[in-house]
Amino acid sequence: MSFVFYLLAALTVAGGLAAVLLKNTVHCALALTVAFAGLAFLYLNLDAQFAGFAQILVYIGAVAILVVFAILLTKGSETPKDGVFSKTWLAGLAVAAGVFAVLGWAVLQTAPMLPKATPAPAVTVGQIGNALVDRYVLPLEIVAVLLTVALIGAVIVALHEKEGTR
Amino acid sequence: MIDRLDQIFVLLRQWVVGFLPASWQTAAAVVLSVVVIVAFFPALFALTVWMERKGLGRIQNRLGPNRVGPFGLLQPIADGIKSLTKEDIVPLSADAAVHLLAPLMLVVAVFMGFAVLPMGRNMVLVDMDAGLLFYFAMGASTEVAVFMAGWSSRNKYSLLGAMRAVAQMISYEVVLLLSSVVVVMMTGSLSLTKIVEAQNHYTWGLPHWYIFTPWGLAGFVMYAIAATAETNRSPFDLPEGESELVAGYHTEYSGFKFALFFLGEYLAMFSISGLGATLFLGGWSAPFSFLSWVPSWIWFFSKLMLSIFVFIWMRGTLPRLRQDQLMNFAWKFILPLCLLNVFVAALWRFMGEGWPRWVVCSAILVVAYVVVGRIEMRSEHFGPRRYRYAE
Repeated sequence: MSFVFYLLAALTVAGGLAAVLLKNTVHCALALTVAFAGLAFLYLNLDAQFAGFAQILVYIGAVAILVVFAILLTKGSETPKDGVFSKTWLAGLAVAAGVFAVLGWAVLQTAPMLPKATPAPAVTVGQIGNALVDRYVLPLEIVAVLLTVALIGAVIVALHEKEGTR
Repeated sequence: MIDRLDQIFVLLRQWVVGFLPASWQTAAAVVLSVVVIVAFFPALFALTVWMERKGLGRIQNRLGPNRVGPFGLLQPIADGIKSLTKEDIVPLSADAAVHLLAPLMLVVAVFMGFAVLPMGRNMVLVDMDAGLLFYFAMGASTEVAVFMAGWSSRNKYSLLGAMRAVAQMISYEVVLLLSSVVVVMMTGSLSLTKIVEAQNHYTWGLPHWYIFTPWGLAGFVMYAIAATAETNRSPFDLPEGESELVAGYHTEYSGFKFALFFLGEYLAMFSISGLGATLFLGGWSAPFSFLSWVPSWIWFFSKLMLSIFVFIWMRGTLPRLRQDQLMNFAWKFILPLCLLNVFVAALWRFMGEGWPRWVVCSAILVVAYVVVGRIEMRSEHFGPRRYRYAE
């Protein structure tokens, strides 16, 4: 729990809070990008180089762009007339507090079972690659099938729209 | 003596840092290297701007700038002074915070890419295990900056330019990554220093650069095309084409912020050329083994400037690609060839040494290029134009 960790955690939480509290939707998307960057720096702080850089490459380079495109190409960028906060905020707060309590209890229950602070294993990219094709090959193939299905689905949806409006 | 010339920058750094107390030395070494990079590459940028204007001028059968200084050599200095003293106009309805942050984010992301390039023997700023991945992660961050610039200007042309630029950059980023994956596959490491060291061997005086293999040549050509598209350089510069969209996503920027965009574009060109030289052209290794006495950093920067020269040449000669032609080219033509290239590289590895693998791999690549090209050309209708309207 070093100073760097607290700084990065503050950055991530600030980004997340800004993403829900700002009025302009594109500003919210950019604040979400800051939260992604904070997460990437947290991974790097834990010496997980591959996870950190892949987080930047995928989340900031692709997911954030996707989010802003979605905001721009739909009517979401105008601020809604009756405000951005819902009427049932108390119920939402209660549910969120309940989920946080359950998660916190689960994490604290397992904390005594962890071994004493060992030096973090230096995982190289080669080891991740070997694990992906050796032990975790089934999840890899399932993710590949999922991505292919998503790609084909996107192409079909776009194609269908073109045909339908002829 | 030759070795000292080769390592002269490393030795200079050690000598300067030696004046400081021992506990400050590593941090001071890093800070000094960063300062040198931040000072040197913009100076190279000034030289390249002059080279580009003169080069384009001669290609277009006119003299470039020749008034300011001998052969116009002081023109970049005049341009720098101009951009510093111009009024910084921000439109009234523009989003001031995002408008300011966009060029900053672009320049920061582009400078970060220089941290992993091996510019000479032992001359990397940070020798990371996942260096190539870091470089591409920084390249991906520039897309967000481009979008921010286009959106915050509250200008239809800026927004259109930004959307086109981002769509183009995303499409060609896939091609860029896939053509670099081949190099990583054959080297077995993501670290750029190891990739250069794997190419630093000589057979009969000829180097083992990856460009001299069939999959390496195909990969290099695709990497060069994707690099031109990633930096929004002609013939892929529709997002910032002067005759198309005023100036695309940097329409509403004047003065120093525009200079920062310009700087960012050229620095991105340098770093992507440097990466191309590292991956395919052998980085800092000499072309022939009898030339190894020339310092390594001279070879690296010669390859970089050669790539820049080719960029300038392409800008002056080739016409611009239209947006849909661009995207078709990336997704329907280059991407299948990239995937085939990965397969061909694997075939190369498993066929073992000897001449058959050269013949088989080259044959597969050439046949695929011709077949995919013919398939794409078949759907071209050379006749009266058909219109497809947006619904």
